[in-house]
Amino acid sequence: MRDMRPPKTESTAEAVAVPVRSRLSLRRIEARHVRDYGIIAVTAVVFIALSLASSAFFSVGNLFNILYQNAPLAIMACATTLVVVAGNFDLSVGAMYAVAAISAAEMAVRLGPLAGILFGIVVGGFTGLINGLVVTRLRVNAFLATLATSLAFRGFAIAVTNGFLVEVRDPGFTGLGRDKIGPVPVSVIIAVVVILILQFVLSRTVFGRYIYAVGGNPGAASISGVRVSTIVLATFVIGGFAAGLAGVIDASSVASGDAQGGQAFALTAVAAVALGGTSIYGGIGSVWRTCIGVALFALITNGFNLLGVNPYYQDIAKGLLIIFAVALGAMVERREGR
Amino acid sequence: MDGVAGPIVEFRGIVKNYPGTRALDGVSMEITHGSVHGLVGANGAGKSTLGKVLGGATRPDDGRMFVEGRPVKFSGSRDALQHGIARVAQELALVPRLNVMQNVFLGVEPKRRGLVLRRKMRQLYDDLVGEYGFALSPYLEVGRMRLADQQKVEILRAVNRKARLIIMDEPTSSLTKDEVITLHEMIRHLNGKGTTVIYVSHFLDEVLAIADTVTVMRNGQVVRTSKATEETPASLVGGMFGCEAATECFDEKSAVTVETVVLEATDLCREKVVRNVSLAIRSGEIVGLAGLVGSGRSEVARAICGVDAIDGGTIKVDGVEQNFRFPRDAFRAGVAFVPESRKQDGLCMQLSLRENTTLPHLWSGIVSRAGVVQIRSERSKVESLLKSLSVEPPRPELTVESLSGGNQQKVVFGKCLFRQPRVLILDEPTRGVDVDSRANIHRLIQGLARQGVAILLISSDIEEVLGLSHRVLVMRGGEVVREFPADPSMGDVMNACFGLATSERECET
Repeated sequence: MRDMRPPKTESTAEAVAVPVRSRLSLRRIEARHVRDYGIIAVTAVVFIALSLASSAFFSVGNLFNILYQNAPLAIMACATTLVVVAGNFDLSVGAMYAVAAISAAEMAVRLGPLAGILFGIVVGGFTGLINGLVVTRLRVNAFLATLATSLAFRGFAIAVTNGFLVEVRDPGFTGLGRDKIGPVPVSVIIAVVVILILQFVLSRTVFGRYIYAVGGNPGAASISGVRVSTIVLATFVIGGFAAGLAGVIDASSVASGDAQGGQAFALTAVAAVALGGTSIYGGIGSVWRTCIGVALFALITNGFNLLGVNPYYQDIAKGLLIIFAVALGAMVERREGR
Repeated sequence: MDGVAGPIVEFRGIVKNYPGTRALDGVSMEITHGSVHGLVGANGAGKSTLGKVLGGATRPDDGRMFVEGRPVKFSGSRDALQHGIARVAQELALVPRLNVMQNVFLGVEPKRRGLVLRRKMRQLYDDLVGEYGFALSPYLEVGRMRLADQQKVEILRAVNRKARLIIMDEPTSSLTKDEVITLHEMIRHLNGKGTTVIYVSHFLDEVLAIADTVTVMRNGQVVRTSKATEETPASLVGGMFGCEAATECFDEKSAVTVETVVLEATDLCREKVVRNVSLAIRSGEIVGLAGLVGSGRSEVARAICGVDAIDGGTIKVDGVEQNFRFPRDAFRAGVAFVPESRKQDGLCMQLSLRENTTLPHLWSGIVSRAGVVQIRSERSKVESLLKSLSVEPPRPELTVESLSGGNQQKVVFGKCLFRQPRVLILDEPTRGVDVDSRANIHRLIQGLARQGVAILLISSDIEEVLGLSHRVLVMRGGEVVREFPADPSMGDVMNACFGLATSERECET
């Protein structure tokens, strides 16, 4: 590994992130800058390249299409960022999403669309609460805890529905996922609002500061008067609500709840967080970075589709990107002697 | 192997620097073949560091080492072991889930084609145990054994690897009296087989009982090496602390004029580590808490600050009884805490100076409104605080990890002082701090006392305790055993720390 990485990094570093810097300070600063801002540059490059390569790419219709398709993922990934910055992990977003989707659909059929939508979101929050309690009270490692709960959640969703789709034809229900205001899909507006709120919460509020402190050094946070387990619990609940909202939006847009839905999200959400540059050890990261991670994934998917590239290559490209981003982060940390 | 004349190990001018301190400052000494060599010194005198250097755990910055006359350089403990040198550290290096035999043979299992030969291993184990006379069942899980037995496993492992010199670093710090006796029997047994032992300890009676030769260290230097029969505990203490007056300058102590007690702790108990500790600190008073490592000083601090739960006792702040269940309760009652380890408990290294400084105060609304941090006012307030603490550079947006140890420690103080506390508990406030920052911190502590803050000062650095404190309490075995009024002699305090009668001391300060 050691042999392969350095030359590549050095060259991208100078070319992309810090073109003008004094030579003296370059060595230490460059890698860090690549880690912090390289992802933006890469995303921009991909965006420009796709615009040039495909005439269909840079059109209002296609761009809104990308946003529309990725709104649920963006909501989940951004909320997962809070969990990860607090030093934990959430592999259950896909399962929470499915539980919320079928809950919303079942309730919408029985009590009407609004009740269904609200119920789905609340169920999502409740599943997040379960995650948080398992992690903070039972002290189960978050990775294993959410792996286990995701099995249980999905099993529950399938048991309740017997594996069948729960169809909801009511336009009041499907509007959430299908309607547009002007050219802008409602779900995109919701996603933007949620993301802005999460960004604000993490970067500006006292609660957000506590999340960083807990993820950075739980011992110091505790001695500084932060209730560590309360903060961790809260991040999981937020993650659950977000997964619930995403599940409800998707159920609405396809007019049915699917207990098997969202399988891929469990990993994509965390992958987008990591790709954005949020440290999976906690204490470092931000919501906007995750948005860029989501965007980069989205561009690759959309662009490869437009260009007619075999979808398998998409996954290869995404996988390599994640390794590259995380390895770069690790390298910077080693250099800084942590 | 036997019959080698001269020293088994020789140090020549060994130097080891740690950030802010020189742990070894040109150490030269010899270890005689087949001897038990005691190594004593105050906390921070460099005795453990010397053990680490010899055991290959750390590399010296300068100087040379010879093993049986040949120059050696160790790049790891494996290296040292190949030269027959093993170190049994305070924190044992065993795999807790493996059994005794597996630990003893870890890395040197008898094997053929990658498979461990269990029967052979058992046979070798029995031979080994027979030779050294330890009765330890090979199949016990190490993690479930008593510490004394774990130590035996570690020693067995060392002799199994043909160690001819074993360094024991504070081997008895967590042993009972009976276990100490057993350990000493083991050492004599090993010694009878020709193994050399370096015995690092601050229990002077033990050292004198077991060692042939004793070396006294102070401030990273060798004071003297002499025969154990020529020393007494008191003479060792005299050597460890010197007879000269403190070289460091402290500002004159302010007088404590107010009689109001700010912090009062009565009969604090926590398991076996804190036993019925009572203390009272008045406004503007600095109370020093001295004692050896493991005497329970830090535990008292952590109990007062709500970090560790107490089993019994009461804590009053300004006469009001408090029940600190969490550190936040203590902080909100005006009790601020500078913990012993700034890396572990003090700072979030990746966060900025600004974020670290205000972390304990965000709840209070000084820099936040309706749960939203007012970053601009936060920044300017932190910046002026950093300047007043002479943090270098005083830039609130830097991450803490980019600062030197001394400046990091000032940030820990900043956390406590962002809002003036009533009580300040300091646990090793200048550990790993450079000389300049140290002087700054001392002045800061005295300035706070002048402003009426009640301060509890815990430090292994006896000069610091004496130089700053209005009163000194000495702890030993979880209890406060002595109280001294202002400016006691260093010898008196040290004798109390080591449990010696005052009259035994040999030199006056």
